[in-house]
Amino acid sequence: MPESATALFWAFTRIALQGFGGVVAIVQRELVDNRGWLTDQEFTEEWAVAQIMPGPNVVNLAMILGGRYFGWRGAVAGVLGMVCVPTLVVLALAVSFANLVDYPITKDIMRGVSAVSAGLIGGTALRMLSGLRAHALGLKTCLLIAATTLVAVGWLRLPLVMVLVPLALVGFGLTYRVYRREPKP
Amino acid sequence: MMDDPILWQMWDVFWHLFMLSLVAIGGAITVAPDIQRYLVFETGWLTPMQFNNSIALAQMAPGPNLMFIPLLGWQVALNAPAVNALGEASPWLVWVIAVLSAFSALLAIVLPSSLLTYHLASWAHARRSHIGIRAFKAGLTPIVIALLAAAAWLIAQGIPTPNGLWPQVALTTIAAVVVWRTRLHLLWLIAGGALAGALGWV
Repeated sequence: MPESATALFWAFTRIALQGFGGVVAIVQRELVDNRGWLTDQEFTEEWAVAQIMPGPNVVNLAMILGGRYFGWRGAVAGVLGMVCVPTLVVLALAVSFANLVDYPITKDIMRGVSAVSAGLIGGTALRMLSGLRAHALGLKTCLLIAATTLVAVGWLRLPLVMVLVPLALVGFGLTYRVYRREPKP
Repeated sequence: MMDDPILWQMWDVFWHLFMLSLVAIGGAITVAPDIQRYLVFETGWLTPMQFNNSIALAQMAPGPNLMFIPLLGWQVALNAPAVNALGEASPWLVWVIAVLSAFSALLAIVLPSSLLTYHLASWAHARRSHIGIRAFKAGLTPIVIALLAAAAWLIAQGIPTPNGLWPQVALTTIAAVVVWRTRLHLLWLIAGGALAGALGWV
């Protein structure tokens, strides 16, 4: 647990400044592995909420966690940490290297960085996938739901809302049924 | 105040992004096409080139993927004729206005969704032992994991492959396995990717 809202601000600033696409991987590494503020499972569940809500996912996550620790002050600190310094950096970049995007070497570098950030996001998904073994629905059902989502969004490119609403209802309904039969944990 | 064109324009941009914030499920980048329609085609406040460059430059900068938003606000202010006219008399005022415009755009895209998420998350957290809330969060996890995988897939697909597909697949796979299985500092991966790109391996 962070010691103050200020500490939270700097933690998220540090995280944001390390992220070049795939900030979610950095958040998990920093908060779960390095600082121990959350367990893997807690991270996955908070991420679920952060991702389905409108707005930038990692900013939502910073806000939810900040709010959890220090109420609205923590939420503000989390969001500001995620966006303030990076905004100054990007503006500085625009002032000093406005034609950076025109150099061929920049495109080469960006290709490499993008390939890595795709891997960062995919790796985070794999890491969360291992956590599904403990899921109430069992691994098989979870994988079936996940595969359906993946095909609908990644391959058929259906609009997110059209995919999210029905699948979230199915996921919720099935899990609810299992929980209701179980004795309270 | 409102007949001052730059303030009026800033307010217009603010309001437009403010509304989009609430429908930006999956991040600010999902509403980029609509922002482009508004700022480039409808109002002409940005050239298509400036819009694309802002997105490209933001991708090179650290931070969450909404960093193109302040950049757009910044560019809109610099383009405004009223601001340009100021440039002669007081160049520093131009920078002040541009920075204000950048943060105003940022605030607009972050504030509404954040308020909504904050209240909903607090509400859910207060009832976290409730069976319905637990089932909702747990029921979502397979879906959001797949959404992450889909995002990775879409990013990977969007990268040009002048040096062949396999080097790039290899780089992405290595990055994924390192995140999944090791505790290596992730900046090494990003540096490695940049190097691989610069050397023409991918």
